[in-house]
Formats: sequence, structure tokens, C-alpha cells
Amino acid sequence: MRSGSAGAWVLPPLLLLALLFFYPLLLIVREALGGDGQVPGLAHFGEVLGSRMFRSALWNTMVIAALSTVGCLVLGFVLSVLLAFTPFPGSRMVARLIDTFIALPTFLVALAFTFIYGSAGMINETFVHVLGVARPPVDFLYSQWGVILSEITVYTPFVMRPLLATFSQLDPAQIEVASSLGARALTIVRRIIFPAALPALIAGGSLCLLLTVNEFGIVLFIGAKDVITLPLLVYDLAIQQFDYASACIIAVVNIVLSLGLYTVYRFVLARYGRRRAGLV
Amino acid sequence: MKSPLGTGAAAYRAVAPAADRGSGIAFDGVSVAYGGVTVLEALTLTVNPGEIVALIGPSGSGKTTALRAVAGFVQPATGRIRIGTRDVTDVPPHDRNIGMVVQNYALFPHMRVDENVAFGLRARKAASALVAARVPEALAMVGMAAYARRFPRELSGGQQQRVAIARALAIKPQVLLLDEPLSALDAQIRRSMLDELARLHRELPDLTVLYVTHDQIEALTLADRIGIMRDGKLVAFGPAQALYRHPPNRFAAEFLGRANLLPVTGLEPAADGMARVRFGDVALTARNHHALPAGDECLLCVRPHDVHVEPHADTDNTLVAVVRSIQWQGDTQSVELALGEHVLRLACPPRLTLPGIGDPLPLHFRGTQATLVPVGAALG
Repeated sequence: MRSGSAGAWVLPPLLLLALLFFYPLLLIVREALGGDGQVPGLAHFGEVLGSRMFRSALWNTMVIAALSTVGCLVLGFVLSVLLAFTPFPGSRMVARLIDTFIALPTFLVALAFTFIYGSAGMINETFVHVLGVARPPVDFLYSQWGVILSEITVYTPFVMRPLLATFSQLDPAQIEVASSLGARALTIVRRIIFPAALPALIAGGSLCLLLTVNEFGIVLFIGAKDVITLPLLVYDLAIQQFDYASACIIAVVNIVLSLGLYTVYRFVLARYGRRRAGLV
Repeated sequence: MKSPLGTGAAAYRAVAPAADRGSGIAFDGVSVAYGGVTVLEALTLTVNPGEIVALIGPSGSGKTTALRAVAGFVQPATGRIRIGTRDVTDVPPHDRNIGMVVQNYALFPHMRVDENVAFGLRARKAASALVAARVPEALAMVGMAAYARRFPRELSGGQQQRVAIARALAIKPQVLLLDEPLSALDAQIRRSMLDELARLHRELPDLTVLYVTHDQIEALTLADRIGIMRDGKLVAFGPAQALYRHPPNRFAAEFLGRANLLPVTGLEPAADGMARVRFGDVALTARNHHALPAGDECLLCVRPHDVHVEPHADTDNTLVAVVRSIQWQGDTQSVELALGEHVLRLACPPRLTLPGIGDPLPLHFRGTQATLVPVGAALG
């Protein structure tokens, strides 16, 4: 009786989920395997996955995601340590301000960066007009480095959030005792703070990796000529070339990659617990 | 039962460099303020080499601030702090050569017991051979040698605290700072750890210890001298027994052990450091340890266990009070009595037959076991 009524409660959200989420995914997979009126097969799969265009996009995606994640981890760790252990007037407000980045659309940072680092941005304008330099000297924004810098700026708060939560639970007496035993600041960071932060770093890092692999807005907005990532390739094939079959094959790869990274993220949470990972 | 303080302590002493032995601590007019609020006011106090000094007092009295100032975690607004002959007021904590043990142990959870104990030595870049020798010694000293490869989470509270003590001692500190080290333990383990600490200090008589606690039993058991703090000030300081027997002020009398304090008048100094006083119409005698002048108003302090129901041959003071309540506490009976508007407490043997509630009860105490306490606060 009770299980029957529970089933009745579960059914509507499941149906809604299937309609809104799983069915569109299924359509992508079906299109990837041959589309309407065609016999499903893997022949086109091999053709697309073996293409230079796909391999280049996969490489770009992985490199940008990996470097952005490393950047987020390094910057996030340094900023979190400074905010948590060397509090200064207004440090709490700074932490909250950084936190609000999570709420902003990702492409906004790319837009803002064009005003700062773009060829007609503040820095280059200063060099050209004030210092009389002939050509804009800062020229990295429209390359993979511009994408990486934007992603680091956008996704660092995703690392800082669990780190700051973890640091708030770290007993300050551990740091004081370590100091009394003769440890200097760097030793304390290396031997006490970093091990305590490791679960939060792994959780935040895998989340960053997941988000940067799928980042679309920043790459599109930067519009670097040679920086084609998997999401951008899907967009290019589907919207600009109307090659839906190839776009869906790459989308399937993107989904598999994302689910794999999400599995790693869930594994980290299960391994260390949400508390140690700074997520509760 | 075999002492856990085995050969480790002897080995520790044998290899302790002479320079590390017997450094005292000196506070010289140390004040600490947080945001304009003074939490420690002009503390002047000396802990002699090899001595245990306990700082006791209620919450917010400044005792922990004093300890943290020695450790270097708070910067004095005024005054100087010396460890041995070295002025450490402006020296960072990692360079003060202190051992510190805190209430919640603060063991490093990701390190095994031996790694915890080795931490300080490694932080000081000690040679591997020295670390390998010193860690087992320190663990043996606190009876934890068999637990070297455990993680802190696999130990009980008492065992964790022993590891914390071993970790502090492994670096051969000039002074050991103990900040409420037994507060997180349950009563039975606390008693056992108290014995362990007393034994440890007997084994390491050169070790100077500053012990902060709110527990008077811990202070009385361990300390050579006790400082009593209140509202950021040192209100009494002296040898534990002297402070207990002759408290210099009302706060010290009430904070260090239970005390009956009766307002008395008409002080008349007598021979042998005694004095005669009057409590209402009743004449009493007591020790005039603080040499209070004739005619002074003061308090007569007598401890509950020095008040007797049966008169002894040399009992020279008698009062009659009314029984208000009797509490049987196993090895003693705690009796509360009304003496006019004043309350008296006495501790008597558990089998003694007492009158009922509301009945009068004659009380007797020796003048030599009562002491006169000045009304105004004074430092002992």
C-alpha cells in the first residue's frame, strides 16, 4: 500500500524529467547513430572521431580545461588561505564578493576582458597613446590564453567556496601548536593546511574540470581563430553548417566526457564525505 | 601498576642539552588589549626554573591570554616577557622554543602518532637520526610507545592528550605551556591524567610549566605556586598551600577551595601570630597571618572540613548555627547551616549522625585553622 502510493508520487517527476531531459538526449544519440529513416550504425562515428577537426577540438578542450583547472586550484588555494588565515579588515566582504562571481554569466568576464586586455582595451590604449608604442603590446586575449584567463577568473570561486568552508572547520589550535613547535608559515601551509584542504581541492577541481570542459560562452565570446573546443565545434557544425549528424556525434562524446568527470566528482564526495570536501 | 613514565623520561633527561634546562618565565608589567578593551592588566609574575605555576580564575579572567602572550599568539600592548634570560616579547612563536598542549589536543588528524610527535623536530630540521631516537623516547615517556602507528582518530581522549604532551616534549622545550589540558576529559580519566602529569614532572624536575586551568583541584595537585586571576588582574599569587591556608583576599579564599567567610570586628592582635575578633557577641580567635592592625574589620576564613560537630580538647571557637540542608556525597556529608544572615558549610564524615533540618547545631573550630582575611583586595 505504502510502496504503491510512493510510486505514484515518484512517477510524475520521473515522467517530467524523461520528457525534458532524457528524451532530448536520446534524440541526440539517435541522430548520432544515423538519424531518421536511416539504419543506425557506427560508420559515421568513426569518420567524425577520426577527423583532424575533432581531434584538434578534443585536444584544445582538454588542454584549456586542464590548465584552467590548475589555475583555479592554485589561485583559489592562495586566495582562500589568505582570506581564512590572514584576516584583514573587510576580508569577509571580499570573500562574499568573490562568491558572487558564481552568480554571473560566464561570458561577461570575457566581455570585460576585451575592455581591459583587448587590442583597443585600456592597457593597449595606454601603451599606444601615452607611451607612444606603435602596436598594441598586449596580445594574448584572442588566443587559448585569453580563454584560460577568463575561465580561471570565472571558476576560481567554485574552488574557493569548498576551501573556505573547510578552513572554517580547521581547528586554529592546530596551526598555533604547529607554530609553537617551530613551524614557519610555509611549513604550516604545506604540512597542516594543504592536507586538510585536499578533499576540498579535489572536489572543487573536479567540478572546475567538468565546467571548463563544457564551457561555451567564454570561448565563443573570445572568438579566438584557432581555439575550437568540443562545445564550439558542436555549435559550428549544427548551427552554421547544418551537419546535425556530426554535431550530435561530438555532442555524445561531450556527454560521455562530462558524465565521466561527474562520476569522478561524485566519487570524491563519497570517498571523503561532503563535510571534509567543504560542501556542507 | 607500572608507571607509563618508564625509561623514556630518564633518556630524555640524559640527552637534554644543558642550555635547555631550567629556563624560567618572567612577565614584567604585561598588558594585552583587544579592540581597546584591556583583557590582561600589568601582569608581573615570575615562574622559576623547574617550577609549575598554575594560573586559575573564572572565564574571561585573562589567564589564557597570559599563556598566549608567552606563546607569542598575542602581542602585549605594554610590558616585556622573558623566557630564561631572553626577551621574547617580539620573537615570533616558532622561534620561542616552547612546548604547548591545548584543551582539545590539536593533534594533526592526517598524521600518525609518531608523525605528530616528530612534527616539531622535522619543522626544526632535526637530523633523521635524532628524530628516530627522540620520537620513541617521548612516546615512552607518556606510555604511548605501542600506539606509534595509529591515527589520532583511533585513540581515546586521554591517549590523544598523552600524544599531545609527547609532541610538546619531543622538541625539548625551554618551558611547557598547558592550556586547560584536562578539561575535555571525563572525570575519571582526568584524575588519572593528573597523576600522570605529577609523575611526569617528578621525572623531569627541570621542566618549567605554566599551567592554565579553571579547576582548583588540578592547580592544588600540580602547582608549586598558584596565581589567581580576575578581570584581567592577578589578585593573588603564592605557594599553593600558603594561598589555600591564608588567602590574601575574599576572592582568593572563595575561588581556591570552599571557604566560610564571616565578617568580624574588633581585631586584637595576640601572641604567636594569633588575634582575637568578635562575630556579633561571640569572641573568636584566628591566625593573623597578614598582620592586620588592631581594630580592623576583616573576614574570618575557615574551611568546611576544619569545622567540627564534636569539640576537640584544643578547640577554642564555638558557634551555634541552624541546619538548612544535608547532602550525602558518598565519602562526605556536606551540611549547610544558617548563622544569622550568614551561611556556613561544613564537611563531616559520612556516618556521623546529624540533627534534622531546622535544628540548632553547635560548631567548633580551632583558632589555628582559621585565618583573618582583609576586606579589601590585596595581592598575596
